[in-house]
Amino acid sequence: MKFVSAIIKPFKLDEVREALSIIGVQGITVTEVKGFGRQKGHTELYRGAEYVVDFLPKVKIEIAIQDDLLDQVIEAIEKSAATGKIGDGKIFIFNLEQVYRIRTGETGVEAL
Amino acid sequence: MMKKILSMFALVTMLGLGFTANTFAEDAAPSADTEATTPVADAAPATDAAPVAAPAEAAPAQAAAAPAPVPNKGDTAWMLISTVLVTLMVIPGLALFYGGLVRQKNMLSVLMQVFMIFSLMAVLWAIYGYSVAFTGGSPFFGGLSKAFLAGITPDSLGATFSKGVYIPELVFVGFQLTFAAITPALIVGAFAERMKFSAILLFMVIWFTFSYLPLAHMVWYWDGPDAITNAASLETVVANAGWLWAKGALDFAGGTVVHINAGVAGLVGAIMVGKRIGYGKEALTPHSLTLTMVGAALLWVGWYGFNAGSNLEANGYAALAFVNTTIATAAATLAWSFTEWSLRGKPSMLGAASGAVAGLVAITPACGFVGPMGAIIIGLLVSPICYFFVAKVKYWLGYDDALDVFGIHAVGGIFGALATGVFVNPALGGVGVVDYVANGVSAYDFGAQMTAQITAVVTAIVLSGVVSFIAFKIVDVLIGLRVSEESEREGLDTSAHGERAYHS
Repeated sequence: MKFVSAIIKPFKLDEVREALSIIGVQGITVTEVKGFGRQKGHTELYRGAEYVVDFLPKVKIEIAIQDDLLDQVIEAIEKSAATGKIGDGKIFIFNLEQVYRIRTGETGVEAL
Repeated sequence: MMKKILSMFALVTMLGLGFTANTFAEDAAPSADTEATTPVADAAPATDAAPVAAPAEAAPAQAAAAPAPVPNKGDTAWMLISTVLVTLMVIPGLALFYGGLVRQKNMLSVLMQVFMIFSLMAVLWAIYGYSVAFTGGSPFFGGLSKAFLAGITPDSLGATFSKGVYIPELVFVGFQLTFAAITPALIVGAFAERMKFSAILLFMVIWFTFSYLPLAHMVWYWDGPDAITNAASLETVVANAGWLWAKGALDFAGGTVVHINAGVAGLVGAIMVGKRIGYGKEALTPHSLTLTMVGAALLWVGWYGFNAGSNLEANGYAALAFVNTTIATAAATLAWSFTEWSLRGKPSMLGAASGAVAGLVAITPACGFVGPMGAIIIGLLVSPICYFFVAKVKYWLGYDDALDVFGIHAVGGIFGALATGVFVNPALGGVGVVDYVANGVSAYDFGAQMTAQITAVVTAIVLSGVVSFIAFKIVDVLIGLRVSEESEREGLDTSAHGERAYHS
């Protein structure tokens, strides 16, 4: 099993969710996050007081999947989240040791 | 002289009451005989006297013959509405305007400061404020004869700016109460996010008593138009009036009394309380410009009561003040936005709101004196000047006037006071200054008018500066000005008030 964590642009969230449901992903966890990468921050001005805002708002999505879905998931996210401009985000892949469904006690792929 | 007038006033009032019923339709001659010592040759012309009675103090003989003036219901209604509008400026307007500009952790502290100051000043106003500001005494400080609003009943009358026109004195008391309450509340923006709540309240009591009340008395206290009938009575009125009123300083709705006064106190406070922790290093950004815009909009709407209400009557001059308030504010909003746009690349909402407030401040002393084109010029000029102070001068000098009380209220107020002296000129579209002896418009004299305006500005700066300095010193010794570093970092909402503005 794999655990996919992707940082994307906030306004791309709906497209990514749609692309993932099409390929059969059952669930996603979404978190609003802030961070910085190669995309630079921006400047805010309040009556002449200038503040450089380094951390930009992003959305982090987390998905747990079975191994054979991984390539499709990566492709789906890459296509749906891309704008071609700097700041489109990154996808991180982890090996997932175990999954438990709290309600039934199922484990492994059954619990995904 | 004063005693004589007062005793005559008392006598005439009694006579007036006694004779009202049977002298109403009669000739004034019989009762005039009873006051033979007072020549009435120069008394107000018929146009002013009729149909409302010539007021008692001005022309005793006529007053005895005519019924006591009855306040016009339209004027009274307008002034009650204006009073509500000024209250709207403070709570919620000013509170939200300031609240949105501070960090989330200090939101409630600012709302609470404004709310409590309004309430505190309202009570002090009734106890001694009104009396000190609006009774005779010295040219600098009134008396205590109306302390606890003694002797003021629903039948008491207050003068307006027209001869023979009165409003209930209680309406005037209530209207002026809101001015006395908003002015100290304006100051809190300068030392927001770091000053002790108890210290703020104590400072405000001292400052209200020794800076606001004297200045209101100096600028606005006079016997009313009916006391002026000829050159001699004018001299009496001038001798009895507030010091700056007597100098001929023009301040229609409180540019000097409210804005310069509060703005200078803010500057002194910002310096004496000191900078916020992290000023210039950490991001001290507004937490909700949405609420700031709501607050600015409420200020704008409420300011119609402040400015047009200051006319005390619902007439053409109120309309002039009303229209000038709108267009000067609009011009200032445009000017601030375009200034910011051209200098910084982006026109901000905060800039537009700041421009609107700067325009409102600048037109305040001028609104009933200048013409609409003068108002546009005042609006267009005040924004770049205030912008320069809040975006440049503040950083050059290094004081932390957190919400720009000095940069907008004092600077805008000073500019407005001086511009009033220029644009009151009938040649520049102004309406001039009323001559109550000739019952026309006085000849405009640039030098004399500007001297009076500058005198008022300098008086306000010196008075407020000195009183504020002493008041902050006293408060510092008694209870200390600042919260602890720990409380400041935690935020005043939880450390001073035990609550949070937002629960997410």
